[in-house]
Formats: sequence, C-alpha cells, structure tokens
Amino acid sequence: MTTTYVPAPAASSTGRMLAAQTRMELRLLFRNGEQVGLTLIIPLLLEFFFNLPLLYSLNGRRIDFVVPSILALAVMSAAFTGLAIGTGFERKYAVLKRLGATALPRSVLLWAKTLAVLGLEVIQTLLICLFAVVLGWHPHGDPVTVVLLMALGTIAFGGLGLLVAGTLRAEVTLAAANLLWLVLLFCGGIAIPLDKYPHGVHQVLQFLPSAAMSDGLHRVLQHGAQLPVAPLITLVLWAAVALPAATRWFRWE
Amino acid sequence: MDAAAVQVDNLVKSYGAHPAVRGLSLRVERGELLALLGPNGAGKTTTIEICEGFRRADSGQVRVLGLDPIADARALRPRVGVMLQEGVGAYTGARTSELLRLFASYAANPLDTDELLARVGLQDSARQQVRRLSGGQKQRLSLALALVGRPELVFLDEPTAGMDPHARRATWDLIRELRRDGVSVVLTTHHLDEAEQLADRVTVVDSGQVVAAGTPAELTSSGAEGQIRFRAAAGLRLDSLQVALPVGAQASEPQRGQYLVVGEINPQLLATLTAWCAAQGVLAEQLSVERRSLEDVFLELTGRQLRT
Ligand SMILES: Nc1ncnc2c1ncn2[C@@H]1O[C@H](COP(=O)(O)OP(=O)(O)O)[C@@H](O)[C@H]1O
Ligand SMILES: [Mg+2]
Repeated sequence: MTTTYVPAPAASSTGRMLAAQTRMELRLLFRNGEQVGLTLIIPLLLEFFFNLPLLYSLNGRRIDFVVPSILALAVMSAAFTGLAIGTGFERKYAVLKRLGATALPRSVLLWAKTLAVLGLEVIQTLLICLFAVVLGWHPHGDPVTVVLLMALGTIAFGGLGLLVAGTLRAEVTLAAANLLWLVLLFCGGIAIPLDKYPHGVHQVLQFLPSAAMSDGLHRVLQHGAQLPVAPLITLVLWAAVALPAATRWFRWE
Repeated sequence: MDAAAVQVDNLVKSYGAHPAVRGLSLRVERGELLALLGPNGAGKTTTIEICEGFRRADSGQVRVLGLDPIADARALRPRVGVMLQEGVGAYTGARTSELLRLFASYAANPLDTDELLARVGLQDSARQQVRRLSGGQKQRLSLALALVGRPELVFLDEPTAGMDPHARRATWDLIRELRRDGVSVVLTTHHLDEAEQLADRVTVVDSGQVVAAGTPAELTSSGAEGQIRFRAAAGLRLDSLQVALPVGAQASEPQRGQYLVVGEINPQLLATLTAWCAAQGVLAEQLSVERRSLEDVFLELTGRQLRT
C-alpha cells in the first residue's frame, strides 16, 4: 500500500500529548549519563560519604542528619541543575523552536517537563530512603509535610532553573548551573549545617532556597516538627519570584 | 471560497540596520507548490519563518490559510507542517522512530510511522539516535516529522540540502506525491533544477525582493530565445530551410559544418528542422536543443550566478 498524504489535520488530545511528551522527557533523562550521574549517583555517593565522620562531628545519629540533606540535594539536582542544563541545550539546538511549530502547546511541554522531574524525584527519593534504611536511618515526622516541602522546593528550583536556561546561552547555563549546585551544596545548608557558620552569615544563608528546604526537611525528619513555617514561607516566596520571572524572560530560541 | 494557502503582501523585515526582506509579495493557492528560489542570503528563510510564526514582520500583511501566523498560532499549528533549515531541531538523544512517534502523538490522525519511515528510507535507522544520523538522513527525518500530522500546508526550507543524488530524487518523488494528494507546499531552494522539476510556480527572490514570478515555463520562455545546434556537411544551402521556419527564427552556419537555428524553441520548430533535413538527405549529428533555463533567467535578472 502506498502512503497517502491527503490532509487530515487535527491536534490530538491534551492527555495523549502530555503522556507521550512526559514519557519522552523521562526516557531522555535516563539515557543521559551526566543527568543520571548528577541526579541519582552523586546523591547516593554523598549519602554514603557524609555519613562517615570526616568533615565535622554531629550530635545524635549521623544518618538522621544526612538523609534530609541528601533529599534536598536530590531536589536541587533534578529540578534546578538537571532541568536548567537539559533545557538550555534544547534551546541551543532549536528543539524548543521546532516543538513550537507543532501542535504541542507550550503549557503541555512545561507540564511534561514538570512531571518528568517529579517522576525522577520519586525514584531518587526511593533510592535514597532505601539506602538510608540500610545505613540505619530512623525517620520521624509527617510524610505529607515532607512531600509538601519537596514539592515547593521543586517549583522554586524549577522556576530558577528555567529562568537560567531561558535567558543565558547554553554554555553559560551549563557552567552557572554546575557552579550554583556546588555553592548551594556547601553554603546553602546541605552539606554543612548552617550553624557551623558564624551567626551573621547563618542569618543570611538561611534564606537560600536550598537552606530553606534542607532546614524544613531536617526539622520534620530529624526532629519530628509539625509544620516548619519559616522554611515553607521562604520556599513559597522563592517560587513566587522565580516562576513569573521565568515566564516573563524565557526565550524559546 | 477558501482563503489562499499563503498570502504575503509587501513584507518588510530587517535585522537591526540590515534589511533582509524588502517589500516582498507572493501568493500560494490551495494545493499548489510554490518554489521560493534565490541565492543564499536572499531572504527566503526569513520570509518562510515569518509565515511559520517564528518571527514578526516589521511591516506588511501575512495570512496563512487565512489566519495570522502569530495571533492564530494555536489554530494553525496542527494544520501546518514545518521543516526547518537548520536540521532536525529535535531531541538528539532520541531514537529516530521514537521521535517520529512523539510527533505523531501530537496529531489526531497521524500517518503510520513505520510506513512513513520506510517511505523516507530510514527504516534501517529506526533505532539509531538522531545525533548519529548523517546530514542527509537528518533531512529526511525532518521531512517525515513535517508530514506525520497530515498537514494541509507544508513549509520546506531547503528540503534536499545535504542529500546525495539518490535521496534527492526520492525526496522529489515524495514532494510530488504531496502535491498529488492536495497538500499545499512552499519550498525554498537555490537549486534551479529543483524549482523547475517540482514547482507549479516559482518566485525568484534576490536581496529580499521578488525579481520574477511565474510558472517554470513562463519564466524560461517569456521573450526567451533558445537555440538548436547541429553538425552536418559544410555548405548546405539554408534558403529553403529559412523559408520553412516560422517568422523570427533564423538559420545560420557560424562555422563550417556547424549549424545554428535561433528562435522561439518549441516542438514544431524542431519538427520543421528535422523534416527539412530528411528532405535534403542530411543527417544532423550532435543535434542539441538549448532552451533558456531558470539559471539563465536568474543571471539576466540579477547579473549574478545562483550558486555561489
Ligand atoms: N537572525 C539573524 N540576524 C541577523 N541577520 C540575519 C538573521 N537571519 C538572517 N539574517 C540576514 O538576513 C539576510 C537574509 O537571510 P535569510 O532569510 O536566511 O536568507 P536565505 O534563506 O535566502 O539564505 C541575510 O543577509 C542574512 O545574513
Ligand atoms: Mg535559508
């Protein structure tokens, strides 16, 4: 049978597009060695190393401190660094431009990216928690609050990631996203507890999104706090600034 | 009545101080294939990308299927297929078939993706990552991506660039099938043979302006003289030939044994000439008919070669 090209144009349903697009985004994430290293392997390695008493000593069970930090790191890696680098190069290689000429609405593309990041985070969280149990982890606190903190962190970091990817050149994005990842890891309350810093510095650093998420997760998972209000408000504020800014300044080409 | 497939009036677009398109107009009827022909830098891509809604015109009117490419983008996207000039422009980490299936999922009535992959000769590369395809293979994938949603209008920016002659010919066949099935096509090219072979109408652009427009036949024949050359024994008496030829045609023997007939070249003229040869018992050797090509037309209009 020969193909017929007789026109029959019509967009498919939003649900079908969203499912197909999300599947593609996830598949590409897992196929990309750097993304897998950044979002899955490095957090697990750091979980192991931070659990060794190398850099500093801690009161209480070390792993109970380490797990909330690593969860915060995982969200930051997936929603900020990974998303920024991936999207930056898609912009550079005209992927976003090409998709802009299809029936796929931009909102569906953004939702697919969001769902892919969330899917990745679910896998990250499972792996990190399983490994933690092996290392003797005793979680406290309400899992719903944990999910809320991580979801807010995802929105805030995702907005920042898209802001960077949508305004800077892909090469600059790559450098900036990696550099910020390192800075936030060590100065943003993830690898090193902020109370190890001088008081004045601590007061400033705690408003970083990584610090807010990490602090909130520590309060809940390590100390069994109910609702960590200050970290939640900080994350909401970051999200409220980053998302509109990304929408406003994101350039598709 | 349906609106035209594409209607562009007095389109102007500059990049900074540099004018890329300077008052260009064109019209593509439904089901018609228009070739936008011009050298590199003529403004073809700029024009087409404005029609695709990627760029905003400085001034002038652009309607695509009767709609505004930017304001009505949502309605137009599913109806228009696009092949960008700068390659596939899609996830380079995806496999060829994955990417085609993804684009198919955007459409309610897509073409069969396996069949389409085979049609563009990529069935053996289905599981290959897009980044590992050759330039010509990427072009063919890009064409398949433009077609899979069964659009009624396609924009093909240099569709055969980077293809080997075999793939090029196969792509021409496919483009002819599109036209046969009623798809409106706008393609850009700097290959004259491509325009001559495929187009219902050709718009020749240079420096952002239309320098000629018409069917390939009109463009190559309007006021166009062609010539017929042949070799035969020297010193034939040409008076009887001259009498037989239509008014305006001229026969001569510029060099001994080399003959030249200049005039409006058509089948009758050739028949008249060969009948005269037969009557004289003359065997015309190395007979060649040289019509004016689009290449000559372009050279005449712009004083420049198309291929740079
Ligand atoms: N994004 C751009 N920025 C600046 N100048 C451009 C840009 N795109 C094209 N041009 C210039 O505009 C002119 C027309 O380019 P283009 O439309 O790409 O022509 P064609 O497709 O016919 O080769 C060229 O002189 C080119 O250098
Ligand atoms: Mg071009």
